This record gives sequence, structure tokens and C-alpha cells, in this order.
Amino acid sequence: MARMISYCMRIIEIPMLYLQKRLGISRLAWVFLLPNLLLFGLFAFLPVVLNFVYAMTGSDQILLQDRTFVGMGNYQTLTSCEDFLNPNSCKDDLFWRAVYNTFWFVLLQVGFMVGFALLTALMLNSKIRARGFFRSVFFFPVLLSPVVVALIWKWILQREGLANAALEGMGFDTINWLLDRHWAFFWSVFISVWAHMGFYTLILLAGLQAIPRDVYEAASMDAASPFRTFRRITLPLLMPTMIVVLVLSLIKSVQTFDEVYAFTGGGPGSATTLLIQYVYETGFAGTPRLFGLASAASILLAVVLVILTCLQLWASRRNVNG
Amino acid sequence: MMKLKKNVVGQLVLLASLGTAASFAQAQELRFMCSTDGNECEVIDELVTRFEQENEGVDITVDIVPYKSIQENLPVQLAAGSGPDIAKVTDLGGLSQYYLDITPYVEADYWEQSFGDILNWYRKSADDKGIYGLHSQLTITGGYINRTLFDQAEIEPPAADASWEEWAEAVAKVADATETPYLMAMDRSGHRIAGPAISDGAKLFADDGTPALVDEGFTRFVTKFVEWNNNGTMLRDVWAGTGGDTYQDAAQEFISGSLVYYYSGSWQVGKFDSEIGDAFDWQVVGTPCGEVACTGMPGGAGIVGFSSTEQPEIVGKLLDYLAREDNYAELTARTRNIPAHAAVAAKGVDYEGASAPAAAALNAWGKQVEKVSPVAYAYQGYKHNRAMFGITMTRVSQAIVGELSIEEAMERATADLEQTMAEVESK
Repeated sequence: MARMISYCMRIIEIPMLYLQKRLGISRLAWVFLLPNLLLFGLFAFLPVVLNFVYAMTGSDQILLQDRTFVGMGNYQTLTSCEDFLNPNSCKDDLFWRAVYNTFWFVLLQVGFMVGFALLTALMLNSKIRARGFFRSVFFFPVLLSPVVVALIWKWILQREGLANAALEGMGFDTINWLLDRHWAFFWSVFISVWAHMGFYTLILLAGLQAIPRDVYEAASMDAASPFRTFRRITLPLLMPTMIVVLVLSLIKSVQTFDEVYAFTGGGPGSATTLLIQYVYETGFAGTPRLFGLASAASILLAVVLVILTCLQLWASRRNVNG
Repeated sequence: MMKLKKNVVGQLVLLASLGTAASFAQAQELRFMCSTDGNECEVIDELVTRFEQENEGVDITVDIVPYKSIQENLPVQLAAGSGPDIAKVTDLGGLSQYYLDITPYVEADYWEQSFGDILNWYRKSADDKGIYGLHSQLTITGGYINRTLFDQAEIEPPAADASWEEWAEAVAKVADATETPYLMAMDRSGHRIAGPAISDGAKLFADDGTPALVDEGFTRFVTKFVEWNNNGTMLRDVWAGTGGDTYQDAAQEFISGSLVYYYSGSWQVGKFDSEIGDAFDWQVVGTPCGEVACTGMPGGAGIVGFSSTEQPEIVGKLLDYLAREDNYAELTARTRNIPAHAAVAAKGVDYEGASAPAAAALNAWGKQVEKVSPVAYAYQGYKHNRAMFGITMTRVSQAIVGELSIEEAMERATADLEQTMAEVESK
């Protein structure tokens, strides 16, 4: 076997030695990188370039040669508003409704998720009974497919679902949770928090466990109250992890699509339509397929994501440097 | 040496002839993309097999795919030039640029006499006189009632020329008397709402033939519809329960007996027949009348060949074979559809094996065909009608949930259509 491998290595060695001779040792690295670069170029870089090109073209045709060049026309359509705080005054009101929905969704979802994840992590870090069991319970929704999460909650909240059966059983009036704009939005945030909280809890728990015990012992000897210990020791020492969690959840939240789409379809009306759904429906699900407008919207969204990613990189470096 | 040369030449000739035979055999291969819808693909497959037996060397593979593939993947495949040879499609006008004109391979007079104006639904423009598709499944939109509930309430259903308001009143009385939770429901679809809107005077096209979604008649019905959704006459869950231009029906509510009146279409007959069984009696009541008509919307699916095929003659022959009166009658009867073929419709279809309620319903739908307004035919045949359906769904839903007033929704619908037309015409 060893001889066989050695023989194979010799076969490979011949062209590699030739290449090394021709290119020199420093350029040989590119030969090793070439397969990956080709794959990256074909499946990542080329689509990004195409996206920019499509964003500057109009028509419902797919092939570029059948499309017309419109320059910044699609961006102008998306950003022409008399009053940016009033979607009704915008040329593409559905885009701005999606922008506002995404803004509030991110704000509420990230806020509640980080808050609840912190509380849960603190609870799971304390000496409670069946701690391992509870850690599994909180992490379990993370393992579920977003569509499964959406369907479970849809069954619970639909007109004749479990939630209304419970309300009826207790003698209350039933509520059409998914037909009311505000309730539908609330539940979209809620299920998203429920589904993803376990992951961030786990990260925060790791952060909590990395805090040296002797600091707490010193605080205890100084008779510091639990709240003061949390405010003066836990929170500052956990802050680097918190920032990472915050930025990661922000990026993930801006990208939310599948579970909310399967849960409400973006309705009622456009009350839960988020930006990714707007892009999907404009470019692929609607008729005609407005690839240019969808590409332009996706580029605007990408700008936001790049800013958030830079923030994450900055936070990570700050974390590493202490 | 001479013998060796002869051998080599002989082998080359053999190889060449085998290659020719193989390529000839390959040249007769076609792919037929058919979306699952009842038993239509299975019946088509059987007819295709018979066609293959009559035409030696022809090999047609019927690929049964989900409806979503026809909607989302087929247009992309066709644009990329890699589509099938034949397909069963529902976006009749939207894909017309890819259709194969089968006029050279069929008897045009027979097709004109048999399918008449329906052939226009497949044509690229008003000047186009080509023959492109076989309308295999004619559908009509309209209402169903739970007849048992009417009988229990001892209320006679309104007459055939009754208005929407009369129906709403009667249905409310039935629901009240029988404690049925839901009164009326209409599928969430721009196609479904079009019939009642046309009945109320919507013209949908300007005098010069350009599309014009919003007018007085359209607004009149939308106003009524929004009000009914908000006062409990219409089941609000259907239109307000989802967003965008997502289709939603209320078939399950009707099947479970909790809905008195359901506005959908003829394609539900098979489902109601099998799922309702003898749980209650149901009846087709057509489309209630508006101010100018009592029309439903025609629609359905058709079988088309694509110009990218390498076998246009075989495609034409197959469509002609399926359009033959005996074959079309068999297809219609076995798939429980309304015939689009004039001679088959005139002779009547013997829905062999269909239950009494299903046969009665299919015949009732057949009678609705003559009530269909020319505006409805024109709208169904318009190649960008799907864009108009989508705009209708999105904006009417927004008005129902209160995001937009009806006036704003109508303004938005007009602007959306302008933007859409600008996009599709900028080629």
C-alpha cells in the first residue's frame, strides 16, 4: 500500500516539478489555489458581478442580450420618495414597506433575542436542577427547519388553532392572530426569537463560563449584592461576547425570510413582508419577473449587510485584543 | 491487405449506417412536460402511447412535474433554449413567444371551427393567425353552494339572474338559520375576482386595446368586496391571510361544511365529488349578476409545442391527434373537464363513471360557457394578464387589511400596471 502511494506521489511529482521549474516556487502557490479560485469565481464572484449588471438593466427577459440598459433607473425607482417616513409617498411603496418592516423586525427581534438569551444563559449558568435537560430544551428549536417552525406556530395560531381553543376553553373571545397586522407582526418576531434564541444562549453561556470564578469569590467576600455583581463583574466581562452575539444576530435578522414567509406569506397585506421576500417576489415569484428591480434592491440590502459585517469584524478584533 | 481494407471499409459503412439509424431513432424522441392536475397527465400519457403505436419510431416521454415547475422553471428553461418539446401550460399568453406554429402540420379549418376564439389565447398579437395550442382543459369561474344548508334553512337559492347583493342576503339568512360560521368566500386570485368585476362593468382595456385595470366598474366591485371582507360577509382569512400575490383557496372550508357559498371554479368538481361524498349536497350556481353581466372568467390549460423543438412535424401531428374529436371527447370525459371543442360540446360529454352530483355540476358548468362576456375572453387571452392578476391581489388585499384606502389601492394598481407595461415593453 505504502509503495502504491509512493508511486502515485511520484506521478504527481513530475508535473509539479516541471511547473515549479517554469513558474518558480513563489508563483507555484497560485497553481494550488487555482481550483478554488475557479470555483469561487464561477459560483460567487461572477453572480455578484451579474447582479450589478442586472441592476442596471430593465425588461422581464432573462438573457442579458434581450434586456435594455437603464443605468441607475432601478435605484431611482426604489429610492424616489416624497417623504421617506411615509411609504405611501414612495414610487415603490412595497419596497419601503419592506424596509420599515425589516427595520422594526430587526430592532425588536435582536433586542428581545439578546435580552432573553442573556437571561436564559444566566439561569442555565446557575446551579439549578436538571441543568443539562434545560440546556437541551432551549437549544432544541435551533435544530428545527424554519419551515417546520413556521408550520407549528401557524397551526397553533390559526383561527381554529390551539391558541384560540385555549382562549375559548378559558371563556375568552378568540382572536384572529394572523389576520390582524399588528398581531401577525408580533408573532413573526416572537417565533423568530423562539427559534434562534438557543444558539445565542449557547454562545453567551460559553462567555459566562469563561469568567474566572475567583472574581465572583472576591465579590462575595466583599458582600456585593447579586445585582451589583452582575452589573460590575458579569456584564463588563461578558461584553465582548455580547457584542459578537449582537452583531451576528443583527446580520441573521436582516436576512430573515423563510420562517416568516412560510408563517404569514408576508401578510396580512404587506404587514410582515421583509426585504428578502420583496427581492424574491419581485425577481422570481411575481409576474412579470422584474430582475433589474430585484437586483437593485438586493444590492441596497447587501450594503447594509456589508456594514454589519464590518461591525462584526471590528467587534471580533476588539474581542481578540481584549 | 486488400481483405483488411475491405473489412475496414465494411466496418466503417456498418458503423455509419448504425450511426444514421441511431440518430434517426434519436431524432424521433420528444419530451412532454405535464403538470400534475387530477388524472390529466395519466390520460394524456395513454393517448400519447396510442399515438406512438400509430407512428412507428416516435418516442415521447411524458414527464409529470409539479405545477410550480411549469410556473417557475419552464419559463427559465425556455428562455435558455433548453425546454421540452411539448408542455401543458396555464400561462397561455405569457409564454406565446416560445410557441411553435403548427399550422403547416394540421388542417387549419378544422382547428378554427373546433376551437374558434380560444385559439387567440395562444397567439402573440391580434394580427397573428397561427395555431399554437390545444386547449385541453376549459375552466369557468363561478359559485358553489352548500345545498343542504339552504334546504335545512328552508330558503330557496336565488334565481340564476340574482345579483351579488341578493346572494349575500340569502346566504346570510342561511348561515344565521343553520349556525354556519362562514357565509361566502372567494379564492384569493386576480382571475377569480375578474368575473364579478366585469359583471359590474369593468372593461379592463381602453378603447385602443391597451390594458386599463382600474375603471368605474372595477372600483365598484372592489369597494363591495372590501366591505364584505370587513363586515363578515366574505371569509376574510382567504384574502387577508397572506401577502403578495400568493394564491389561496377556501376549498377545505367548503368541504368541511362550514361555508355556505364558495366562489371558485369548475376545476373543483372532482375534489368536491371525492372529498364531500354524501356528507351534504352541493350545487353549481354560476356567477351572480352585476350591473352589466353575469359572467365568470374562462381559463384552463393547454398543450403547446415549442419552436425550439427539433421535431416540429411530430409535435404538430401529436397535437392534431389529440385534437381529433374522438380523442378530445375521451380526454374531456375521463379528466372530468368542460370541452373547449365546439363539436364535442355540441354533442355533450358522457362523463362515464362520474357520480350524479359531479355529472350534474359539470353539465351546469358547461351551460355557463355561453354566459361568458367577450371582455372576459379578451382578458383571459391577454398575454400580460398574470401581471394584472398579481397587481389586483396585492392591492385589493392591502385595501382589505387597511394599509391603503380603496382610492389609494386603485391609484397604486394603475401605477403598478404602468410600471409593468414599461418593463415588459422595454425590449
